[in-house]
Amino acid sequence: MALLPLSAFAQADPNAELVGAPDDFLAGADAAAGDLTLTAPEIAENGNTVPISVDAPGAVEVRVYALGNPTPGVATFRFGPLAGSQAASTRIRLAGTQDVQAIAKMADGSYQTAMKTVKVTIGGCGG
Amino acid sequence: MASGVKPRVKAPKKASAGEVVTIKTLISHKMESGQRKDSSGNVIPRSIINRFTCDFNGENVIDVVLAPAISTNPYFEFDATIPEAGDLKFTWYDDDGDVYEETKSVAVG
Repeated sequence: MALLPLSAFAQADPNAELVGAPDDFLAGADAAAGDLTLTAPEIAENGNTVPISVDAPGAVEVRVYALGNPTPGVATFRFGPLAGSQAASTRIRLAGTQDVQAIAKMADGSYQTAMKTVKVTIGGCGG
Repeated sequence: MASGVKPRVKAPKKASAGEVVTIKTLISHKMESGQRKDSSGNVIPRSIINRFTCDFNGENVIDVVLAPAISTNPYFEFDATIPEAGDLKFTWYDDDGDVYEETKSVAVG
């Protein structure tokens, strides 16, 4: 992350900080398996668009990490008062076969985690 | 990179009060990750959308921080509660300072 120019974030909202790494988010807390579900394909032919979805009933924030990418952070989902469910889907890039991890911060301050291994046939980070 | 950016949103035009509706959004954007190199070996600078938010009548539905690992043409699907008639407002924030907005009205009845 240190390699990114600071100006890249100059326009961003102060609340919109980086996704960071799992350890930054957990800050020493433990994450256990719970209701959090991470859905990702077992085999992705193309690492450029891998569909994933997270479902974390009772979560206020869910972060997704691709542990084998040059920078692990993928996305942070924060659910507002009008969120119909604590679930979201998107498409991500994976540099190669690796583990994708989701960590949810629950309303009571505890953490839950889920991990999924995705096999990638063609890498998605310019390789 | 502000050319050819086009937000698309699929949201219902009508809902019953308190209903949970599914919303799909897609914005055309190349999401240059800052990891790739051009033919002469120079790193292509990062240019991505770094934040996406959805609000309904000023109340937040979802707020997403995007990293370069989000695919080209970022797509999001999520659920929103529609308590009353109003406007869904979608906002995308580009690295270059551009802000793209889209509004969809939802009627209740």
